[in-house]
Amino acid sequence: MNAPLLAFHDVRFGYGANGKTVFQRLTLGIEAGTVTAVLGPNGAGKTTLLHLALGWLKPQGGRITLRGRPLADYGRGELGRLIGLVPQSEHNPFEYSLLEYVLLGRAPYLKPLEMPGPQDVRIAQDALARVGLAGWEGRSIARLSGGERQLVLIARALTQEPRLLLLDEPTSHLDLGNKARLLALLRALVAQGVTIVLTTHEPEVAAGLATHLVLMRGGQVLEAGPLPDTFSGDRLSAIYGVPVKVAQVDGRQVVLWG
Amino acid sequence: MSGDVGSLAPAPAAPAAVRATPRARVDSLVWLAALLLVALALSLFVGRYPAPPLLAPERLLTDELAQRLVWNLRLPRVLAAVLLGMSLAGAGTVLQMILGNPLVEPGFLGVSQGAAFGAALSIVFLSNAAWVVQGSAAFFAFAGLGLSYFLAHRLRYGGWVLRLVLAGIAVSALFSAGVGMLKYVADPLRQLPEITFWLLGGLWSVTWPQLRAILPVTLLALFVMIRMRWRLNLLALEDATAFSLGVAPTRERVLVLTAAVAATAAVISVAGMAGWDGLIMPHLARRLYGSDSRRALPAALLLGGLFSLLCDDAARTLLAGEIPLGILTSLLGATAFVILMMQRTLRVSR
Repeated sequence: MNAPLLAFHDVRFGYGANGKTVFQRLTLGIEAGTVTAVLGPNGAGKTTLLHLALGWLKPQGGRITLRGRPLADYGRGELGRLIGLVPQSEHNPFEYSLLEYVLLGRAPYLKPLEMPGPQDVRIAQDALARVGLAGWEGRSIARLSGGERQLVLIARALTQEPRLLLLDEPTSHLDLGNKARLLALLRALVAQGVTIVLTTHEPEVAAGLATHLVLMRGGQVLEAGPLPDTFSGDRLSAIYGVPVKVAQVDGRQVVLWG
Repeated sequence: MSGDVGSLAPAPAAPAAVRATPRARVDSLVWLAALLLVALALSLFVGRYPAPPLLAPERLLTDELAQRLVWNLRLPRVLAAVLLGMSLAGAGTVLQMILGNPLVEPGFLGVSQGAAFGAALSIVFLSNAAWVVQGSAAFFAFAGLGLSYFLAHRLRYGGWVLRLVLAGIAVSALFSAGVGMLKYVADPLRQLPEITFWLLGGLWSVTWPQLRAILPVTLLALFVMIRMRWRLNLLALEDATAFSLGVAPTRERVLVLTAAVAATAAVISVAGMAGWDGLIMPHLARRLYGSDSRRALPAALLLGGLFSLLCDDAARTLLAGEIPLGILTSLLGATAFVILMMQRTLRVSR
C-alpha cells in the first residue's frame, strides 16, 4: 500500500478556545486516486473535516500531512495549486459574469498583482464547458438557479487544476440529470489521477462514485475503509439513527430508509 | 443545461457579449478618463472671476490676476476635488468588496466620524491651524478603524463581516456623541462656526501646500488599490474559499483596507465631511462596467473624480457665497442612492 496522499494523525480540533470539541483524535488516510465519500448526519463535522484538509482550519493537536509533508509547511499558492474546494453554496452580492467568476480559480497560478491572461481565459472557458455551461460565459451569476451555481463553483475549482478536490455536498442542489453528469465528470477527473473527497447526504451518490467511505457521527469516525466493506444498512442505520436497508437493483446499490 | 441561451431577459447592466471580453471595455474606460481630463481642464475656467460662470481663456494671456487665480487657487483645488472623489470612491469599492456588502462606504468602520471628531477636538482644545486639524482628523480616522477592528474581535455575535460592521456602527456613534459634546462646549462665536464648516465639507481652503501634504499618501493608496484590483474579487469571497485559491484573506484585506482608510483620512483631512461618493460611485461603476473590479475599480475612481469635480464646480459658482461641498454631494448622492435602491437588480446578502 502506498503512503496516503492526505493523512490525519491524531487530530484534535474545536471551534474557539473553549468551544465544543469537534474532533478528539481523528486518524484517517486518503490515498491518491481514490474517491472518498464522507457520510454522516448534520453536525457530524463533515465540513470541518474538509476545512482541515484544506489547511484553512489548523488542528489544535496532532498533524495533517499532504504527500507526507505537514500542511502547515506548504505555501499558499502551492496549496492552491494542489487542493481545490467546492463549497456547498456561496453568497456573492455582486453580479459577475460566469467567465469572470470561474477565472478566479486561476489565482493560485498568478503572482499577487498579476491579472489572468488569455491562457487563463481558455482554461476557464474549458472548465465551463466541462460542467455543461459552454456558451454561458457572459451570463450573470446572480441569475442562475442553485444547481447552476453549484456547477459554476465546480468549474472554478476545475480551473485550479487541483490534485486533490474537496467537494462539500456537491449534489445538494442538482437535479437528476445534472447529478448524473457531475458524477460522470468526477469519474473522468479520477481517471486523470485527481483524488476526490466529498461530503454528501445521499448514500446513493457515495455508492455510485466512491471507492472509500468515511462514516461519521458527532465528531467521531465510526468507520473508514473501502466501499464494499463499509457500505451496509446496519452501518448507515447506526450513523443516521433510522432504519436503513441497502438493496441491489440491476447491480447497483439502492438505499431504503425510514 | 443547454438550450434557452437567448430566451432569458438580458442583464440590465451590460450586454452579455461585451462582458465576456474584457478588452472590449478598455475603450470606454479610456473615454471616461478623457472626459475627466476635459472636465478638469474646463474646471480651471469655471468660477466667479471675473464674472460667473466662466473665465474667457484668452484673458489668461493678459490678466495677471487671472493667471495667479488659476495657478494658485483653482488648479490645486480642482486637483484636490479629483483626488477626493477618487479616494472616496476607491475606498468605497474596497470596503464593499472586502465586506461583501454593496451598501457600505468609508463612513462605516468609524473612519469618517473618527476624522470629524479629531478635527473638532483639535479646533476646540488644540489649535485651528490647518496641519493640526488635519493631523488630528487623520489620527482619529485610523483610531476609528483600529477601534472598530479591535471591538469586532471582542464581539461574540455573528460572523466577521457582521461583527466588523456592528463594531463600526458603535464606534461611529461614540465619535458622533463626542462631536456633539465638543460642539456643546465650543466657543459659539469662534470655534463652533469652524467646526460646522468643517463638518459640512468643502475645498475652499485647499492650496498647493495642503495638496502636497496629502498627495503622497493618496497616490500611494490609489496605486495599491489599482494594482490589487483583480485580487479584490478574491477578497470578496468567503474566507475558506479565498484561502483555497491561494489568498491570505486576513492579511490582504488588512492591506487594502489600510490603503482605503489612509486615502479617506487624507482627503477628509483637507475637505471635511463630503460624503456619498464612496457609496454611489462603486455602484454606478459596477452598473456600467460589470462587477469584476479589474474594470469596476478604475471606473469607480474616474466616476468619483468626475462627480467631486462637478459638485465642487457647482459649489463655487452657483451662489455668490460658496455652497458647502458636503451639502451638494449629499443632495445628489442621496438622490442617486434612492434611485439605485429602487432598482430591481440591487442585491444584498451576508
